[in-house]
Amino acid sequence: MSVMPVVLWTDGLVFLLLALIGAFVLYASRHEHMRAPWRRVVRSRVGVATIVVLGFYVVVGLLDTVHFRLALDRQGDNGAETRYSPEVLSLLDLALSGLRERQEKTYSAPFATHLFVKEAIEQPDGTLLRDYPRLEYGGAHLEDPARQRGFDIAWRAAWGALQGLVIWVVLAAGILWLIARSRGETSAATRAAILAGRTPIPWRTALIMLGIMLVLSAIAGELALKYHILGTDKVGEDVFYQTLKSIRTGLLIGTLTTLVMLPAAVLLGIMAGYFRGWVDDVIQYLYTTLNSIPGVLLIAAAILLLQVYMSNHADDFASLVERADLRLLFLVLILGVTSWTGLCRLLRGEALKLREVDYVQASTALGVGHFTLIGRHILPNVMHIVLITLVLDFSGLVLAEAVLSYINIGVDPTMNSWGNMINSARLELARDPVVWWSLTAAFVFMFALVLAANLFADVVRDAFDPRLKGAR
Amino acid sequence: MSSDVLLEVSGLTTLLGDAARPVRVVDGIDLEIRRGETFVLLGESGCGKSMTALSLMRLLPPSGRVAAGAVRLAGTDLLRLTEAEMRQVRGGRMAMIFQEPQTSLNPVMSVGDQIAEAVRVHEGGSRDRTPARVVELMRAVGIPDPARRVDEYPHQLSGGMKQRIMIAMALAGDPQLLIADEPTTALDVTIQAQVLRLLKDLQAKTGMAVLLITHDLGVVAETADRLAVMYAGQILETATTDAFFAAPAHPYSRKLMESLPGADKRSARLAVIPGRVPHLDQAFVGCRFAERCYAVMPRCRDQAPVWRDLETGQGVRCHLWDQAGGQPEGLTRGVGDAAAAPETALEGAPDPEAAVAPMLQVRDLKVHFPIHDGVFRRVVGQVRAVDGLTFDLTPGRTLALVGESGCGKTTAGKGILQLTTPTGGSIRYLDAELVGLGHRRMRPFRKDLQIIFQDPYAAMNPRMLVGDLIGEGLQALGIERSRAARMRRVAELLDLVGMDSDAVDRYPHEFSGGQRQRICIARALAVEPKLIVCDEPTSALDISVQAQILNLLKDLQDRLGLAYLFITHDISVVAYLAHEVAVMYLGRVVECGRVDEILDDPRHPYTRALLSAVPVIDRAKRRRVIRLEGDMPSPSNPPSGCYFHPRCPDAVAACALSYPEETRLSTTRLVHCLRV
Repeated sequence: MSVMPVVLWTDGLVFLLLALIGAFVLYASRHEHMRAPWRRVVRSRVGVATIVVLGFYVVVGLLDTVHFRLALDRQGDNGAETRYSPEVLSLLDLALSGLRERQEKTYSAPFATHLFVKEAIEQPDGTLLRDYPRLEYGGAHLEDPARQRGFDIAWRAAWGALQGLVIWVVLAAGILWLIARSRGETSAATRAAILAGRTPIPWRTALIMLGIMLVLSAIAGELALKYHILGTDKVGEDVFYQTLKSIRTGLLIGTLTTLVMLPAAVLLGIMAGYFRGWVDDVIQYLYTTLNSIPGVLLIAAAILLLQVYMSNHADDFASLVERADLRLLFLVLILGVTSWTGLCRLLRGEALKLREVDYVQASTALGVGHFTLIGRHILPNVMHIVLITLVLDFSGLVLAEAVLSYINIGVDPTMNSWGNMINSARLELARDPVVWWSLTAAFVFMFALVLAANLFADVVRDAFDPRLKGAR
Repeated sequence: MSSDVLLEVSGLTTLLGDAARPVRVVDGIDLEIRRGETFVLLGESGCGKSMTALSLMRLLPPSGRVAAGAVRLAGTDLLRLTEAEMRQVRGGRMAMIFQEPQTSLNPVMSVGDQIAEAVRVHEGGSRDRTPARVVELMRAVGIPDPARRVDEYPHQLSGGMKQRIMIAMALAGDPQLLIADEPTTALDVTIQAQVLRLLKDLQAKTGMAVLLITHDLGVVAETADRLAVMYAGQILETATTDAFFAAPAHPYSRKLMESLPGADKRSARLAVIPGRVPHLDQAFVGCRFAERCYAVMPRCRDQAPVWRDLETGQGVRCHLWDQAGGQPEGLTRGVGDAAAAPETALEGAPDPEAAVAPMLQVRDLKVHFPIHDGVFRRVVGQVRAVDGLTFDLTPGRTLALVGESGCGKTTAGKGILQLTTPTGGSIRYLDAELVGLGHRRMRPFRKDLQIIFQDPYAAMNPRMLVGDLIGEGLQALGIERSRAARMRRVAELLDLVGMDSDAVDRYPHEFSGGQRQRICIARALAVEPKLIVCDEPTSALDISVQAQILNLLKDLQDRLGLAYLFITHDISVVAYLAHEVAVMYLGRVVECGRVDEILDDPRHPYTRALLSAVPVIDRAKRRRVIRLEGDMPSPSNPPSGCYFHPRCPDAVAACALSYPEETRLSTTRLVHCLRV
């Protein structure tokens, strides 16, 4: 099956971000002063556990970032140009095509076999009965749902758990073999060391966490084949699918925003602190002014402007996905514009301090030029602040997306995001009986991501904080 | 006799760090401190002095613990007390003052409240008497006008005053023993003399014993009754002060004394102790000093020396004393060695009387920092850090810029290199005027003028390899463009300053303070300068390491014909290294001339007071300390007339009217004083 790759704007930025991270890893691995704190990160138990959790999120997000258009079935096979479907799909969509396509009519509760609302059902004898109709897909394989459902779910969960365990054992054995080889030991010795928790990197914690995540994913995957494990929404779409699709949006807002604001914050911050004088004045006035405009106002204005533009130039967008993507990009940009001031202020203070340090004075005395000096002496010595700020900001931005979407100035309403899910839950919560699962699903996934990111940020902060070196 | 002993420490062992690989910071020390005496614990940094004091107070950091031994304070074993009982002892029977008065006081509490806190803890009950007691304590430590000072905050007081407040707090509980951990290291010599005097007076009045921890042999000579020399967690020697300075029993003590710079050693190299203090996380087999000892014997390396009491009342831990009777011959070996190697420092230098054109002429240099205030940040005043500095520097010679902290000597050094922009005056290097040159136009002169900083830890970017650090100037000034040639040159430079060339691929933090200072010197030398501004290059180093660096600087001057502008507050270093001296007070030179003229016959009252405050080992050379009242005035608001007149013991009415013109006493000598 031939495909046409589609690179959306945000995809491109994600790839750029990956390239930058790759370059940074390469740089860090060659410099002991960068390697040492990261070593402290991976040697902390909280650090590795959160890395595993974040890893699952990142994998889902990346799968959802590779976009393409599938070829339509060829009508005439000779010479005719292949025609592609107008629908832009991602690898994740493909992997979850079952979930995506099994659409019900409207709301249904998690693991339900019947719809959540009564409908008039035509009986075989022609009479109409108002009852909860059977779902088209959810639990459709059961003949007598009331009796079989509990057992079926338990059995499938167990089967999923078993699959998860098998995958885990295979993976763990592979990792074990790799560790044993790099340490030059027998596998048995390495296994004993890991089990006793004697390895410098807490592999025991990492593997347990990996096991938990794998088993949970396998159970969810197995159950999702036959049920809507988190129910369906108003138009009958699977909530589990929506939640997984929202991961990309959350991650993107959290990471791309910092990517966008980083050059401005770092450059202006260091320049203000290093050159002082009128440069400092200009930059300070710039960010104080920007800081005193309410961020939400700025974001709302920018998004509304974009909306007007998009409705006037509807032809410029090939698909709904591209439209939504542009709006996401715009949101990222405008969030970047409003959020660089904090880091800039921090860096200005640090640069003010560093420019008086003896080694900066010494290289001034040696005639080193201003920009070489900044690149060689100041930038590497503020890098830890940049890193700490990035990881601390991440969770704040993920939450900001939810808030902005809730007040309708966030991402496009057609785009899957936790904010949009929460926004639609506003009406659902007012219903009687309450539709609680959209909100809960969004909450649980977002909570897990933000909690992991916050814990990870704490570990990174501690590892990079020079004052905590050797403490504990 | 035994009732005379106040504190008895036996076999005290303190471990630091995790149990698997503990660092034995204090390793079985025995001490006795008698009532009313001053006992000094002497040693270089990292030898466990402070840890001993903290162990006595049971104030060790969380990772530290006392593993063995007993500490008896007048019969009570302190190590067996509960924490609640110990709190009564701390500050009550035993009090401590720390090195850094700045950080030991709470900046948001008035000093009166802080003293009152200590008073209440130990006197309890009668609260209405507390204010009176606070004033009484402040008067006891010599704070003028205590009733008014009670409400002041630490930032309103000078360093010496803060240390006095700390002492007042320590005295609140009428301690029997006062532990002073380097109480004067952070202070200027004139203030140091005040504080040491105060401690002596208090001791005479209250009869308390003082355990003084220091690395300064001069302070030891002036204050101690008895002393112990500490090295690598052990005590190597105990003696009475007189016996110690007459004939130190341990090779280490002997070398320490020889490595002190001074005028009498000018023509010779200073003795150095090779190597560095060993790490304490290892198990020692032989003598801990064996690796660095000049009198080392085979048995020193595999047999730990035992403690030996000598007839003179001294005690020593050294194999040299194993043979009974008399002074061992090995001890004196090597003492003459250093002096025997004649150096040509003075002879090699250009004759001062010969008319050599000065290479650097500084005239009326001013560096003022504006004080901004208000909404529009208007300039409301100037901090006159350097206020009319004038001197000449001839090639191949050393001019020492001497003064207390805050007198503007560091700013002057930076101003000459245009690292701080001068406000006025003129700096002529050869035929060019440096004042007013921008970043770019200054570049041609960067090659000739270099700087070495005080703190070798802050002077190197921790993120760069040593090779890149030293090669930075070569690259920036385009002297060696290819990396290979640069690295070759770096290796030569490392060799020149006495370091292995494998240092190139290492980071600065892997080196000790002395090695780092060598690297800094190599960096300055890389561009082949003619003049180096040395900004207190040895004041952050231990005595033995200081000797190595001073020797190196002297060698380099002889070999490369460098001129040094040597900024320092340490008179003994000046006496050893400098050819000319300029004494600074509040941004101006008050007196300048040849080193022997100034040191032997100071004419300005400030120079006289400064020199008299320097602790001297040799009792015969000791001068009567001229006590200066008060502190140096703020450079933002200098006094009228002669800047020194408010503190000057010889001031007359005319001194307050105008700044005295220079008085030329000889061809080389200038003084700014009306009374000369």
